[in-house]
Amino acid sequence: MTKASPLPDYNFAYLDEGTKRMIRRAVLKAIAIPGYQVPFASREMPMPYGWGTGGVQVTASIIGPTDVLKVIDQGADDTINAVSIRSFFQKTAAVQTTTHTNEASIIQTRHRIPETPLRADQILVYQVPIPEPLRFLEPRETETRTMHALEEYGLMHVKLYEDIARHDHIATTYAYPVKVAGRYVMDPSPIPKFDNPKMDRSPALQLFGAGREKRIYALPPFIEVKSLDFEDHPFSIQRFDKPCALCGAEGVYLDEVITDDRGGRMFVCSDTDHCQSRLTQGQGPTGPLASSGEEAGR
Amino acid sequence: MSRQPILTVGNLEKRYGARIGCTEVSFDLWPGEVLAIVGESGSGKTTLLNCISGRLARSAGSVRYRMRDGVIRELADLGEAELRFLMRTDWGFVHQNPADGLRMRVSAGGNVGERLMAVGERHYGCIRRTASDWLGRVEIAGDRIDDQPIAFSGGMRQRLQIARNLVTRPRLLFMDEPTGGLDVSVQARVLDLLRGLVSDLGLAVVIVTHDLAVARLLSQRLLVMKEGRVVESGLTDRVLDDPHHPYSQLLVASIPEA
Repeated sequence: MTKASPLPDYNFAYLDEGTKRMIRRAVLKAIAIPGYQVPFASREMPMPYGWGTGGVQVTASIIGPTDVLKVIDQGADDTINAVSIRSFFQKTAAVQTTTHTNEASIIQTRHRIPETPLRADQILVYQVPIPEPLRFLEPRETETRTMHALEEYGLMHVKLYEDIARHDHIATTYAYPVKVAGRYVMDPSPIPKFDNPKMDRSPALQLFGAGREKRIYALPPFIEVKSLDFEDHPFSIQRFDKPCALCGAEGVYLDEVITDDRGGRMFVCSDTDHCQSRLTQGQGPTGPLASSGEEAGR
Repeated sequence: MSRQPILTVGNLEKRYGARIGCTEVSFDLWPGEVLAIVGESGSGKTTLLNCISGRLARSAGSVRYRMRDGVIRELADLGEAELRFLMRTDWGFVHQNPADGLRMRVSAGGNVGERLMAVGERHYGCIRRTASDWLGRVEIAGDRIDDQPIAFSGGMRQRLQIARNLVTRPRLLFMDEPTGGLDVSVQARVLDLLRGLVSDLGLAVVIVTHDLAVARLLSQRLLVMKEGRVVESGLTDRVLDDPHHPYSQLLVASIPEA
């Protein structure tokens, strides 16, 4: 890990080795207690809070010179957050980067899980704004910690109850609370609930870093992740009426794109890499393979 | 009715440094009995209530509670998890200010349903039915079930707080000035409701009040407190009609309609 970085002033991957060791300890503890929020001494990073300081610190602590890094923001590789974090690690760690999910060994993400199923040799690092799922129901941190310790999660269902009472269905569509291995209730970061089933028993290690809140938590590979629900209002994911307007993929998460100022809009894959690789394979809404019914990503 | 008290308090003491919160308090509470603690402000009523109900650590003495399985346990020996479970299932606590006992930004139905969900109820339809049943019992109109308590009047909030506490069918209810801050006609309605529920459910109640009329209406037995000590205790009617201690005499005499 001490290979010379291209910038002589900084250690490999920006953080000093002492900090990395401290973060790795927190990561190991988090893996040992799935879903439990481990406090860590979050550092100032050369970016504002809310831009992924937690995720960057986790990535910096686990990345090695041979790793291949992919960074996505809302599923896209080409948005400002993704581009700048990617170039940050290019500069400070000189690692290889990619936009292809299947080529990456570490994927740092904000608000999405890639459509391509992850493998056991990959690590997914989430940027987390608010790690505490009970925060908006119980503002006292001392109280929420006690609730986690004593497994008092009735309050979480009060939120879902309120949803149904107000909207006739569970209207929480992102940051949908999950229970990990039947014990800790966890906030999966603001991923759409569409992605919740992908966390369940995923072969990839999943790490969550919250920089401002100074918390790290983790899902070890193949851990059970269950979305909370009611017996008579079971958990369900978003459905889309039409396939992706560009590549024709079905069963994937779509973004609405405004195309003009006269109300024109289209729905396209939120995962740009998934969309792009399907297009290069010759698939599309009008292409010969459009109706092959490939169930991508699920 | 059982032959054993549900709650036994022995020589309870709470000190704030050298100052006394309450001291040498002993009493038994029997199932279905309503005990009122009266006294002027600062006499240690609320301190005593908080010590008994496990919300405040006591300095000395014992509080023994007969659990649902009939086993008598010293509350100080219960773990935090057990005590909190007891508080949200077998006990209720009605605060003077409903905002302390309610979630003001959660609908009335959610407020009542919270305890059910806390003990593992996971069927929305059942929770909603039970919640609307309890709202009916505390005379809150069924169409208010999805309204938040911030939209409720003081009396409705207090009634909602009562429903929220009683939904798990507790056996012991603590109340701290439940009618404080309500106007007289609303007070009467809340008291009437409480009296009905207490006798229907066979609840044991410890109620703290400075209002002797409330004590007269609800309680069978009375403790009069002064400067942290119980100066007189006995049947409510006896104490109020024939007070022995000079302080009790003063208290009764100072309220013409009591």
